Amino acid sequence: MNLTLHVWRQPSPRAKGDFRTYEAAGISPTMSFLDMLDLVNERITQEGEEPIAFEHDCREGICGSCGMMINGVAHGPQKLITACQLHMRSFSDGDEIWIEPFRADSFPVMKDLVVDRAALDRVIEAGGYISVRTGSAPDANAVPIPKPHADRAFDAAACIGCGACVAACPNASAMLFTAAKAAHLSYLPQGQTERYERAAGMVTAHDEEGFGNCTNHGACQEACPKGISVEYISRLNRDFLRASLSGIAAAGRGD
Amino acid sequence: MQLDARIPSGPIEKKWENHQFEMKLVNPANKRKYTVIVVGTGLAGGAAAATMGELGYNVHCFTFHDSARRAHSIAAQGGINAAKNYQGDGDSIYRLFYDTVKGGDFRSREANVHRLAELSLNIIDQAVAQGVPFAREYGGLLANRSFGGAQVSRTFYARGQTGQQLLLGCYQALERQVSAGTVKLHTRKEMLDVIVIDGRARGIVTRDLVSGRIEAHLADAVVLGTGGYSNAFFLSTNAKGCNVTATWRAARRGAGFANPCFTQIHPTCIPQSGEYQSKLTLMSESLRNDGRIWVPAKAGDTRPAAAIPDSERDYYLERIYPSFGNLSPRDIASRRAKEMVDAGHGVGELRNGVYLDFRDAIQRLGRDAISERYGNLFQMYEKITGEDPYAVPMRIYPAPHYTMGGLWVDYDLMTTVPGLFAIGEANFSDHGANRLGASALMQGLADGYFIVPLTIGNYLAESPRGGVDAEHPAARDVVREVTARQERLLAVQGNRTVDSFHMELGRLMWDRCGMARNEAGLKEALELIPELRERFWREVRVPGSAADLNQSLEKAGRVADFLEFAEVMCWDALTRDESAGAHYREEHTTEDGEARRNDELFAHAAVWEYRGDGEPPARHREELNFEHVPLSQRSYK
Repeated sequence: MNLTLHVWRQPSPRAKGDFRTYEAAGISPTMSFLDMLDLVNERITQEGEEPIAFEHDCREGICGSCGMMINGVAHGPQKLITACQLHMRSFSDGDEIWIEPFRADSFPVMKDLVVDRAALDRVIEAGGYISVRTGSAPDANAVPIPKPHADRAFDAAACIGCGACVAACPNASAMLFTAAKAAHLSYLPQGQTERYERAAGMVTAHDEEGFGNCTNHGACQEACPKGISVEYISRLNRDFLRASLSGIAAAGRGD
Repeated sequence: MQLDARIPSGPIEKKWENHQFEMKLVNPANKRKYTVIVVGTGLAGGAAAATMGELGYNVHCFTFHDSARRAHSIAAQGGINAAKNYQGDGDSIYRLFYDTVKGGDFRSREANVHRLAELSLNIIDQAVAQGVPFAREYGGLLANRSFGGAQVSRTFYARGQTGQQLLLGCYQALERQVSAGTVKLHTRKEMLDVIVIDGRARGIVTRDLVSGRIEAHLADAVVLGTGGYSNAFFLSTNAKGCNVTATWRAARRGAGFANPCFTQIHPTCIPQSGEYQSKLTLMSESLRNDGRIWVPAKAGDTRPAAAIPDSERDYYLERIYPSFGNLSPRDIASRRAKEMVDAGHGVGELRNGVYLDFRDAIQRLGRDAISERYGNLFQMYEKITGEDPYAVPMRIYPAPHYTMGGLWVDYDLMTTVPGLFAIGEANFSDHGANRLGASALMQGLADGYFIVPLTIGNYLAESPRGGVDAEHPAARDVVREVTARQERLLAVQGNRTVDSFHMELGRLMWDRCGMARNEAGLKEALELIPELRERFWREVRVPGSAADLNQSLEKAGRVADFLEFAEVMCWDALTRDESAGAHYREEHTTEDGEARRNDELFAHAAVWEYRGDGEPPARHREELNFEHVPLSQRSYK
């Protein structure tokens, strides 16, 4: 099939970007969306132009690199997949496809479709872990964990850190990301000791990075390729409130 | 080239314990005075950086990704082995050790493998304490599954995303150290060379992938956790960014490269669907627990799977290997699939796969149980192929997946360049000629959490500290060479893309140094690769500049290195004139088509020394002694 692409091109962070139009001819429905971009890039390169810069790595929906807006939707029209798992059978001959980077103040565009998502790492740095020194762990079966808790923790832990939730949110909030990580740990007995410090630290870092507040639109849950539920956000809010009331949030983590 | 493995004395189960006592220590107050560079943030690199940070070393950790959570360890699906014997099915450290040496077809170092089996217990404890959500039973205790090449259930798993969960645990530990100030993380910086001063590794040269700046970073030791080189075949299950540059550049600076021809072809990947495919997708080997592999018994049978009655199906693994059946080791399962497809029994539109069928398991256990175990894998398969594996059997075919070869290391995981360590897939140490499933995560984490953070002290305690900086003539020389190479790549301005060369190399390697190899094909490859390399440097087109984010330039450097390294793979495959594990030489097979080793001549690791451009590399050997697992013909029947 033959498609027309309108792709955001922006040479550098401070340069002004705009859409450029490319023809994607001879596309097979079995190709992945990124295979299609590869093919277009091969042609662009042969014509002497710089190919479209986009991030990708594992190409199987787990590394979280390949965030982009496809026709205005983070990761494209199919639910519960990343851009790299999208296949061209989702499109029809003659379609026009608009491809843009994730848009958020906290995700500055670096080039074309590549954005800087390091703010998410700084949220984790602010407490998104369990403090356990290598070698100091007790036997793995010492503490049984009820399966429902383990399963809920797992559902939250499925987050791949792609940033689609931020891109989809009208406030550019990263609360789904932050809440998923906090919930992964707070559902487990190992994660209780630091639970409220963690909530306080991560939410504070989230706000300092310039992510917006959650106002319950739910667009994040719709965009999330791993189907992470907004319920985790209310759980984090409760933990944050408790941390605030007990003075933990104001004091911060101190590290 | 001196190859002293420095295996500690004493009985095998005491070697690591004794060695820990005998190693020299750096006292806690002095550790922060030592700077250690770790390259890579996968399970090995991330674990090493986090742990060395905890111990108090001043750690600089580098990744070419935007975040430490993206390394390809994240894509591992099936699980991680540990000899916990939580199932009470007769597992033990010794059995895991035995299985791994045998599974590696007797081409690994016994002492290292035994240590790996010992440390497997600590890894699970550590991961659980970090909050890694392994699968659990209803009683709240950890669940296990069985995996290829083993007859006990010792594999811990986290749905189909064990790698992601382990890596997140590791990444969180690393971010904790970043917060504590013991680890400085350098993201979007790609290592392009090693700095060797007075015979010791003292730093690396990196390119900042955003600004294009080439920089020297100096340290007291360098640890490479930079993964494997399956992308030499272009189409593999590895992430697109995986490359050989770090280890090959280290080899060019004097580090011996061991067993580069030991490349694993994974049996359960989704078959290629067309010419423009950019990568292959793995379906976890754990699927072989409940899926049955078959092909139509009659060649050329094009009926849909459901229309073929059981009596006309060939469950060939169950037929040939009654005791291991669908759980035969990877090399064997891969070769048998190739045989079936080559003989015309292939299924799917392109007749390039075999079936992996869950019909019987769904009947026996119910759809829910299967969904619980493999739900996300089934979903992934459906997204890619458009077929529902609950209703029609999956189609699978082997694909390059993991490389057992890597930088030669001694018992302390140090390469032949003092101060340069290699961990995880980047080294050669534990898997011999074939890696068993669920062992890569185990090895990466054993190396990263528990081995190198200790053995590096043994080196640092007796080595010069500090005294070098980026102005050192050796550092400036390397920066100059790296810069010149970038400029050279941009200056060619030919008419072919980088990818077109990578694909051509991949096809050449797959055909002549892939799942089956022979003397004539390898000799031909050794003629063709230098020609291709020459054409690359004459005809490649790398658009853009060196002074900003330029993905074509990044790829060009990596492909240029693959074009050098591929030759060493072929030299190794040619001179290892036997079959062993994943290295299958058509000249050396048993009557029933299994790999025939030649222990008299080849019970050694082959270690390659770079001797200059245009010179064939030199082959050295480390003899391997099998005192505990007697050399025998592997049998999975």
